[in-house]
Amino acid sequence: MKFEGVDYYHIDELLSDEEKLIRQTIREFVDDKVIPVIEKHYREGTFPMHLIPEMAELGIFGATLPEKYGCANLNNVAYGLMMQELERGDSGIRSFASVQSALVMYPIYTFGSDEQKDYWLPKLAKAEKIGCFGLTEPDFGSNPGGMLTRAEKVDGGFVLNGTKMWITNGTIADVAVVWAKWNGVVHGFLVEKNFKGFSAPEMKNKHSLRASVTSELVLDNVFVPDSHWLPNTQGLKSALMCLSQARYGIAWGVIGSMMVAYTTALDYAKSRVQFSKPIAAYQLTQAKLVWMLTEITKAQLLVLQLGRLKDQGKARFTHISLAKRNNCEVALDICRVAREILGANGILDEYPIMRHMNNLESVKTYEGTHEMHTLIVGEDITGFSAFE
Amino acid sequence: MKIVVALSHVPDTATKIKISQDRKTIDQTGVSFVINPYDEFAVEEALRTKEKFGGEVIVVTYGNDNAKESIRKALAMGADKGILIKGETNVDTLTIAEALASEILPLQPDIVFCGKQSVDYDSSAVGQMLAELLGFPSISTVVKLEIDNNIIKAEREVEGGIEKCESSLPVVITTQKGLNEPRYASLKGIMAAKSKPIEEKFFEVKQNRLVVNELRLPESQRKSKILGTDATAVPELVRLLREEAKVI
Ligand SMILES: Cc1cc2nc3c(=O)[nH]c(=O)nc-3n(C[C@H](O)[C@H](O)[C@H](O)COP(=O)(O)OP(=O)(O)OC[C@H]3O[C@@H](n4cnc5c(N)ncnc54)[C@H](O)[C@@H]3O)c2cc1C
Repeated sequence: MKFEGVDYYHIDELLSDEEKLIRQTIREFVDDKVIPVIEKHYREGTFPMHLIPEMAELGIFGATLPEKYGCANLNNVAYGLMMQELERGDSGIRSFASVQSALVMYPIYTFGSDEQKDYWLPKLAKAEKIGCFGLTEPDFGSNPGGMLTRAEKVDGGFVLNGTKMWITNGTIADVAVVWAKWNGVVHGFLVEKNFKGFSAPEMKNKHSLRASVTSELVLDNVFVPDSHWLPNTQGLKSALMCLSQARYGIAWGVIGSMMVAYTTALDYAKSRVQFSKPIAAYQLTQAKLVWMLTEITKAQLLVLQLGRLKDQGKARFTHISLAKRNNCEVALDICRVAREILGANGILDEYPIMRHMNNLESVKTYEGTHEMHTLIVGEDITGFSAFE
Repeated sequence: MKIVVALSHVPDTATKIKISQDRKTIDQTGVSFVINPYDEFAVEEALRTKEKFGGEVIVVTYGNDNAKESIRKALAMGADKGILIKGETNVDTLTIAEALASEILPLQPDIVFCGKQSVDYDSSAVGQMLAELLGFPSISTVVKLEIDNNIIKAEREVEGGIEKCESSLPVVITTQKGLNEPRYASLKGIMAAKSKPIEEKFFEVKQNRLVVNELRLPESQRKSKILGTDATAVPELVRLLREEAKVI
């Protein structure tokens, strides 16, 4: 079935032809290749690895980076629309693209040497190499600054020790961007999967993001040569800059989940008859549907302006926090209301709603929890930091 | 090799068609338009032919400014340039073929590809008319194609079977589903298409030989409903059979 999107406010009129065409390409890809297989992967707890080369062929990875690395040089709005369509398929697919692009290619592009860029970026764009991003640790989630992972300078390189947790793509990655403290300051390192002392066991039994690989990273006296130290990182701030990129994509992505939940609920409500009429004919159901559509429309306008600001270099990380915070929460609430409209049918995996809802529990938490984004914006507008 | 694709810009088959007040034309508000699905096979085959033998792919469309969207998509898939022939819309099939021929003939193409029919008015005639006007042979409804030493070998769908034919170049080929799997326009392709040229021409319609008196929607429209085309549609089908049709 072809997906037509939700556009109650003719927001499409604010998009360029290229932006619409990019959305259409990803939309078709998701309809043809993702939707038919995703429930099975979700049920089995596997990532659809066979889609990676096709995603690379389309140009999804590092899509905003320059052509000279084999990338498409998209603007931020086109990138956002792409994320929206991918997440319409599944948050796990979008997460894969977010990690590869915003958390692996972006830091290499921004903090890497020319040699590192020339070597890694084309390979990552073609997905000849898969990457992951290791910041979170078992005891340090919302406050990564407390991380225990250490780097020690030795002849010709560094020795890394520590454990990372909740790392998307860890087990399937060829290279991990690992954040570790060297003399008390956070630095980024490229750790390849075959480095001695490095392992990445998969974390199993998730109820959320089941079609995505989540792993631990164990660094046991891993020697990392100087060539794999990102020379231009400047403390924790650099890691947070990566997160800003990824959060921006999430703010768009979850609109895809909202759209699926809303359109599924709308179709269902029109055909499900209880008492004498379709349930869509009852005021309570209409109130739910109208609320969903209103929130979707607001979310769309929010990210579109955010994207335009980002393209003009005017988007601040606090702007991104506000959008990530709002859209994740609304997306989750929309899924819950959509599930109500489907009644018992809503809990079945014949419908995509519970899968999206479960995924969004992770999406609301990772890349900064809802609360952290509240505190970020809160500090920005009041001048008081309420983190500690 | 010089390869031309004649492309049409049609309402998306998924959109609900409404008829205008005049009952002679389609109300285009809110209707999204796409490349005619059969023309996507034509674009794909043209690109494959170019990839094999070199040359260039030129996309030609008759229509209004909106049709540029479909030309852009073909350019994003990999075509080299576009020609938009602007002219009065709602004209007869022969007029469209004449307009196309007027721009295609001077290009001296080796092959012209077009979809076997356009899913808007379904006349299934432009390809063959165009061949006639160009003075080229034509092979229609092609599902398999090979080119070797300037000889084209094609298999075409006929009622209940396959017909194998051969032709020299230049030739007009109309494409049928099954010939190939059209590629997606890649993100890089879409960005590259921005700087590819679309030439605009104008065609003056001298006489329109066909008059549409009335358009009507099929009456039993609501009786049929397609839920999907694979096993994922079965649960919903069972539910509707049980709850709406109440037959099981
Ligand atoms: C599926 C999945 C994939 C992930 N992928 C990655 C990845 O690829 N790379 C990576 O580095 N990380 C990844 N993460 C980790 C993610 O970023 C963290 O889970 C997140 O930052 C929250 O950390 P935590 O889970 O330790 O929660 P905690 O920080 O322990 O927070 C628990 C709760 O306390 C609240 N809280 C904490 N501090 C305060 C405070 N000061 N005031 C008020 N409330 C507070 C939080 O908001 C939250 O509700 C992933 C997580 C998941 C679930």
